[in-house]
Amino acid sequence: MYSNMNELLELANKKEVPLSEIILENEQKISSLTEEQIFEKLEKRYQVMERSAEKALEKSFSTVGSLIEGISMTQYSYAKSVGTICGNFINIVMARALSGSEVNASMGRICAAPTAGACGILPAVLVSISEREHISRRKTLEGLLTAAGVGAIIMKNATVAGAEGGCQAECGVAAAMAAVATVELVGGTPEVALHSVAFSLMNCMGLICDPVAGLVQIPCAQRNASQAVNALLSADLALAGMKCLIPPDEVVGAMYKVGKLLPAALKETSMGGIASTKTGKAIKNSIFGV
Amino acid sequence: MDISVFEVVGPLMIGPSSSHTAGAAKLARVASVIVDYPIKQVSFGLHGSFAKTYRGHGTDMALVAGVLGIKEDDERLKDAFYIARERNLIYDFYETELENVHQNSVKITFTLMNDRVREIVGSSIGGGQILIRKVDGFDTDIRLNTSTLVICQEDRVGIINEISKVLTDYGINIGLMTVKRKEKGTQACCIIETDTILSSYVVDSLRKIEHIISVQAINAVE
Repeated sequence: MYSNMNELLELANKKEVPLSEIILENEQKISSLTEEQIFEKLEKRYQVMERSAEKALEKSFSTVGSLIEGISMTQYSYAKSVGTICGNFINIVMARALSGSEVNASMGRICAAPTAGACGILPAVLVSISEREHISRRKTLEGLLTAAGVGAIIMKNATVAGAEGGCQAECGVAAAMAAVATVELVGGTPEVALHSVAFSLMNCMGLICDPVAGLVQIPCAQRNASQAVNALLSADLALAGMKCLIPPDEVVGAMYKVGKLLPAALKETSMGGIASTKTGKAIKNSIFGV
Repeated sequence: MDISVFEVVGPLMIGPSSSHTAGAAKLARVASVIVDYPIKQVSFGLHGSFAKTYRGHGTDMALVAGVLGIKEDDERLKDAFYIARERNLIYDFYETELENVHQNSVKITFTLMNDRVREIVGSSIGGGQILIRKVDGFDTDIRLNTSTLVICQEDRVGIINEISKVLTDYGINIGLMTVKRKEKGTQACCIIETDTILSSYVVDSLRKIEHIISVQAINAVE
């Protein structure tokens, strides 16, 4: 049916339907599941996502080395206060993204999207947008489907593994997925939705994967928060009418090439970036010994 | 597009790592299903990235959890050591170097209650996906994306025909079938991937075939 975003867009335009409908059709074809069964599976995943986005807002969870323990609660209470720079909404989105990361690092239950390390982004954005815009459950799950379908295209044509493409391939792709879902949920056209994918990936191209002590905590949690915001601002750039001059599929290709060009030290080996700073190494030694 | 949306959004799992936690748990769980006998002791030989980073990602807990039958999205996963003590399961970890395997690989040696020793080598190949590379020294390629039969049989003329006859009787379509043996006329191992959920009736019928040593069915259900 389609193998890239351009073909997906053509199909959606021809039938005059949202991206989710073409993605649903494709999923039925490759899985031989009914529409109802697909939505049941989406619902099951979304429930876990909702829980992980809220769980650490009211209670802190212990993580190995306690590197990010309690950060979500702190962000959430700040988000509810007056005088934040980015406003309450953005701060709540960030708190929810941090919650996903904190739950993941504490060996709690999460839904990888596209990976465990980036699991805070899509839930934070979907939960916050559907709450604020009063979007129905069915429609929210359609947004999740669109996000996953675009993620599948990126997985097919590039990578979503930090060890292969750096953080841009994990948190960056999660941001692209969250952006395309957001545009569809607020009624943007398929074309606008795909421009937001391109912006999300452009905005974080080259982002490296450099976990301190090899743990999925720092800077992963902060990247979940900032890439959730990247998703929202990319959606806004596209919804405002800005077109990405570089087609989304070419941006995905560029992201993949950049990922390959990144040296191994900057791809999940904890040998570069934040992980290899003096303090980063000291943290590693204090947790695991020299 | 041949990649399912559920490969991108999913798996549902216990953090922090789909390869080092979820994949490890699934690998050990599938290995213990293949072994299919009460386990006295289990020893995990960790290779590559598993050996280097297992402590921070809970790979050790995940492996023990898998052997206890705890699924990769079950929150009891982090209590695996405690549950193992309760159930008198003895376990240990050591670092090792395995040949020609993925960075995230483990050699699992089971000592069963009947003192038989069984050995399974497997890899966690990313996104919670697994690959069983060896069963008791036989090379295998079990991915568990579909329901799979693991059959050990004597290496004799006609036995594969008997196996496929049983599957035909139950209307089971074979997606992929591989037969490996160590040397001619000894023991062989047959791996069959099917499109259908495998019932206990199928397994029982296969076990009744003469010269079949063992049959295990692993259903790929969520």
